[in-house]
Amino acid sequence: MSAKFTPKETIRVIEKDGLLREVMAMKSRGMRLSQACASYKDGKYELSYSFSDDETLDYETLRVVCDLADRIPSIHDFYSCASFYENEMRELFGVKIELIEPDYHNKLYRIKAETPFLPEDAKAEQKKQEQEISLSGADSDLDLAQAAADEKLASGKKEEK
Amino acid sequence: MGKVKRSPWLLHYDASSCNGCDIEVLACMTPVYDVERFGVVNTADPMQADILLVTGGVNSQSAEVVKQLYDQMARPKVVVAVGICACTGGVFKDCYNINGGVDTVIPVDVYVPGCAARPESIIDGVVKAVQIFQERSDAHDKYVKEHGESERNLNDPDAAAREGNPADFFDAITKTSEGSRNKEAEKK
Amino acid sequence: MEEREKKRSVVPFGPQHPVLPEPIHLDLVLEDEKVVDVIPSIGFIHRGLEDLVKKRDFNEYVYVAERTCGICSFGHGLGYVEAVEKCMNVEVPIRAKYLRTIWSEMSRIHSHLLWAGLMADAFGFENLFYQCWRLREKNLDLVEMTTGGRLIYSVNKVGGVLKDITPDMQKVILNNLSELEAELRDVYKTFMTDYSVQERTRGVGVLTKEQVHDLGCCGPYARASGVARDIRQLGYEAYGELDFEPVVSNDGDNYARCDVRLREVFQSIDLIRQAIAKIPNGELSVPVKGNPDGEAFIRIEQPRGEAIYYVEGNGTKFLNRFRLRTPTFANIPGMCETMKGCSYADIPLLVVTIDPCISCTER
Repeated sequence: MSAKFTPKETIRVIEKDGLLREVMAMKSRGMRLSQACASYKDGKYELSYSFSDDETLDYETLRVVCDLADRIPSIHDFYSCASFYENEMRELFGVKIELIEPDYHNKLYRIKAETPFLPEDAKAEQKKQEQEISLSGADSDLDLAQAAADEKLASGKKEEK
Repeated sequence: MGKVKRSPWLLHYDASSCNGCDIEVLACMTPVYDVERFGVVNTADPMQADILLVTGGVNSQSAEVVKQLYDQMARPKVVVAVGICACTGGVFKDCYNINGGVDTVIPVDVYVPGCAARPESIIDGVVKAVQIFQERSDAHDKYVKEHGESERNLNDPDAAAREGNPADFFDAITKTSEGSRNKEAEKK
Repeated sequence: MEEREKKRSVVPFGPQHPVLPEPIHLDLVLEDEKVVDVIPSIGFIHRGLEDLVKKRDFNEYVYVAERTCGICSFGHGLGYVEAVEKCMNVEVPIRAKYLRTIWSEMSRIHSHLLWAGLMADAFGFENLFYQCWRLREKNLDLVEMTTGGRLIYSVNKVGGVLKDITPDMQKVILNNLSELEAELRDVYKTFMTDYSVQERTRGVGVLTKEQVHDLGCCGPYARASGVARDIRQLGYEAYGELDFEPVVSNDGDNYARCDVRLREVFQSIDLIRQAIAKIPNGELSVPVKGNPDGEAFIRIEQPRGEAIYYVEGNGTKFLNRFRLRTPTFANIPGMCETMKGCSYADIPLLVVTIDPCISCTER
């Protein structure tokens, strides 16, 4: 008979601020990033980052529940293949993921509809939350860093052409 | 079908298809179904093709590509929509990204239903397309014989608006070459 | 002595190209004939079918999930119903599990032979292309006999399967598979020993085991680089009762990938024989009551690699979310990595070698 595996499959809810720390822990354990997806439920985003262990076939999913206007950092520093998933989450759901590398600027699928997976009332709610945040002046450091990264990418592309 | 006079070349393009109909189109070229016995060859160059086989519904990205391929083909040309997605949009008609069948972008001559369309149906559709192609070629030859020049509006009423009159084009070339010959003569 | 300054040019590849059955666009940054960088542009086949869960109820949605891709069609239907069954705690009868396993392996045979044909076509060996597809037709005859369709099987439903494989059909299957196996040995020998194949595939597109892990590659693409991981070892459906080992090679080049996929066809034939020998009598399906509530992750070994199905229900007959992560999505970073530093003429081969299924990737 071939080897039998009894893998553990878990879903663990973590805080948005603890995401990078948890992903770094996964990387140091040698886990492979299996998939990352977003879902919209009851007025909030549910982000799932799934990691697989190739030796034991264990499957661990980190779940981040966040508000519609929350800024989420990219995990591409640890897993370079995460960029496709993050670009997709941003383009289809409108999740505000920052500092993705390479950043497709919502042109991964190049669809005409904007964030089609987010219902209309949620889009209005998201705009309202963004306005509240900009009025209070929070997260401006991330904005500057994003602008710097965008500029670097744009000038790099011009050089190649 | 009677006598087959010309062997038309096929161009196959996948516009947002699930790949099922494409694989069946390719299967038509292989030994078991063998559409080449009708003189039909699969080519990759739109400018050498006479029959365009499109699979899959049309979405915002592939609409321009399909239109461009159709425009690049020389007349007379025939379009075959293979599979229910190419005919009407199919299972995905309600998706946000699908506009509908191929006839939302280009005129279609033959509709082959099925999901995935069977090779027998596809061959049936291709044979019909070959017949239509022969009729159009014959009509074109007849016109040339009667009028002594090519009829550019044969299948495409918008052609005249897009292109110029071939006679003008040749006049322009002759004038330019005459003009440059005169200039050279003056220099000497 | 001054080195001549190398100029860079960007060459578009696709979406319409002789060797590509599906549209994908790559911007290749070239320095003379060497590829320096690759920027993929996908989106031509994006239909947005994951959004259709809101318009089709969870029973009907199987038909949409199956049509994500015509080649991996059975696997997608299977993954979706398994995920919904896990969500609703439905236990499928054992005979249905064996039937699903047999169809799953038939799907794998057809997919690998299709890929072998396209690979042969990509390096100009048309005769081999036609031979592979002629053998594939033998497999498709078996599929048509048992399910009624050639590519889209439509035999899965939440709770079991819709059709049966009778003992008479089983005899026909075993006969046909023996014939297929005998002819396949010649094809395998040609692939592995022919001079022109070896020239084009040995040493091309090498990926090491560490690179494969970092880039998140899966399936035969990873197994050709020495990663001995096959999701069928989880034992879903009837795989827990069958005897097999993952097919692995250590070279990591295109030649190794040909080898792994063709050997997997032989392994699939063996698995079908084992399943037919062991299949018990029983029901084909169980009745399913209620609506899905909760969430579930399912992993399946598709012919192209590990596919992940995530289903989230909210107690109504329409699911809240269906997410499908296909193996090609995970293999594209690996493909871009192999292209850096290769010559322009090798690009079509490197694209075909990941067994791309763009309609799966973009859904």
